[in-house]
Amino acid sequence: MSIYFKRLNIAVTRPYSRSLFTSAERKPNYPGHVPLSPLQRIFLVAGSAIMGLKAPWRGDMISILGDSSGQPFFLRRLLNQMLADETGRHILMEKPRISSKSLNLPFLRTLPLNTLGRIYVDWIDREHVSPDTRSPTRYVDDPEEAYVMQRYRECHDFYHALCHMPTNIEGELAIKWLEFVNMGLPVGALSALFGPLRLNYSQAAAFRKNYIPWAVRNGLVAKTLINVYWEKELTQDINEVRKKIGIEAAPALH
Amino acid sequence: MLVRRSFNCGRFAGQLALLRPGLCQSRLSLTRFHSSDSNKGNESYTHFGFKDVPEEEKEYMVKNVFSSVAKKYDQMNDMMSLGIHRIWKNQFVSALNPGNSTTPMKVLDVAGGTGDIAFRLLDHATQRNHDHSSKVIVADINPDMLAVGKRRAKKTPYFESGRVDFIEQNAEVLDKIPDNSIDIFTIAFGIRNCTHIDKVLEQAHRVLKPGGVFSCLEFSKVYPPLLAEVYRQYSFKFLPLLGTVIAGDSESYQYLVESIERFPDADRFAKMIEQAGFTLAGERGYECLTFGVAAIHTGVKL
Repeated sequence: MSIYFKRLNIAVTRPYSRSLFTSAERKPNYPGHVPLSPLQRIFLVAGSAIMGLKAPWRGDMISILGDSSGQPFFLRRLLNQMLADETGRHILMEKPRISSKSLNLPFLRTLPLNTLGRIYVDWIDREHVSPDTRSPTRYVDDPEEAYVMQRYRECHDFYHALCHMPTNIEGELAIKWLEFVNMGLPVGALSALFGPLRLNYSQAAAFRKNYIPWAVRNGLVAKTLINVYWEKELTQDINEVRKKIGIEAAPALH
Repeated sequence: MLVRRSFNCGRFAGQLALLRPGLCQSRLSLTRFHSSDSNKGNESYTHFGFKDVPEEEKEYMVKNVFSSVAKKYDQMNDMMSLGIHRIWKNQFVSALNPGNSTTPMKVLDVAGGTGDIAFRLLDHATQRNHDHSSKVIVADINPDMLAVGKRRAKKTPYFESGRVDFIEQNAEVLDKIPDNSIDIFTIAFGIRNCTHIDKVLEQAHRVLKPGGVFSCLEFSKVYPPLLAEVYRQYSFKFLPLLGTVIAGDSESYQYLVESIERFPDADRFAKMIEQAGFTLAGERGYECLTFGVAAIHTGVKL
């Protein structure tokens, strides 16, 4: 019996295997940062993925899934893509945050009907959502990557407005497919693969027939979406913006 | 996502985030807590988990924690203790053996908001001792927890027959309970959240009849050192994340595990009970459960 106790003791106290467990002793790198150990990260990815599937109204589960699964490779790759592009570098330098104040929603409501800003604010008003409900990034270790993750989440609404994609389940999943093909983060892959399991047979068939080809085609051809400086495009005509990015409006579902 | 609601993952975070050390918000927390310069000398501090907070703030912050966790309280208890809390509570109630008397008993369950102990006490009295008239008064400082308890009570026969009462009381004051009127005073997993444990024990001594029993079920220190370390890792590394996933609230569960760590060990607590005027039951006055994860302290008012 004692030999098993000794082995257990070693697993808890020896340095290199302890690295599986230690995390909370590390200092936070930015306000709101919660350092995680590898084991905690695995649990959070699995737990938030399962919870996100079971309770899709829990938006915080998807954002936590994104936070915890981005490391170490995927967010770094996205950050490099931003650094390689001029607009991306601008965004990283200025680090704009999207909120109802920073976007100046009342001003957007006065814009002409064909502009991206007007379409965006009309969509927000119609769907009764707000740009302020995105929770801050907590589980990403590097501050730059944390900003990239934050920006990734905040721009999600713009993809809806740009492609005129509704916010029903199929619409959300189509945008997730688009995001994954375009930017390659695991949260996109997980949502894209497992999300459709919630659709019934006819919904899934229509989704497969219409939305997936659109998402894949546009994801591959379009400019990397995170490199678009949305705040500067708000007064542009929406078709111009679509042509610049290389994206089409969403097809009809049925 | 389909429907966006800001869940309470942020609701209490604002409060507790002010207290997190090492962040730039710590400057804010200093100005917040030291703003009343006139009281600077007189302000006494107590612990709130691992943080130190002014005493008058602690009650309010604890209230917020429990409002935050009330809806998912029972589910989280099951998840955190892997269902073992039910065994502890059953043991607690059967050791007390309520209803074992010719006259009907009056039991006061403090900090018993969701009614777990109250319903077990009534079930035991009714089924084991065939006592159909003993009453349980559930007192809790938090109205949200009481609301959950009332909802659960309506599904039992006790609500109709008036054998269970829910009142909003502060355990340190208990102004609605007259002196020497209670046969059994129970407090399960509540006393570590109180600002002044000695005041709670004083009140318990006041309201109990002579011969009345005080019994407290609370977390305690795990005694085998290896198991203590495993338990510590489990509490601090795993439980707040479980709170995030299940209830969308990691700060409240962080507070809960820190408050467990801060609570005095079984011997010290037994001494505090003795100092309040009780006579300890048994040799040491307490019984450890599950290697010391929980302990039942019992005292009698003689």
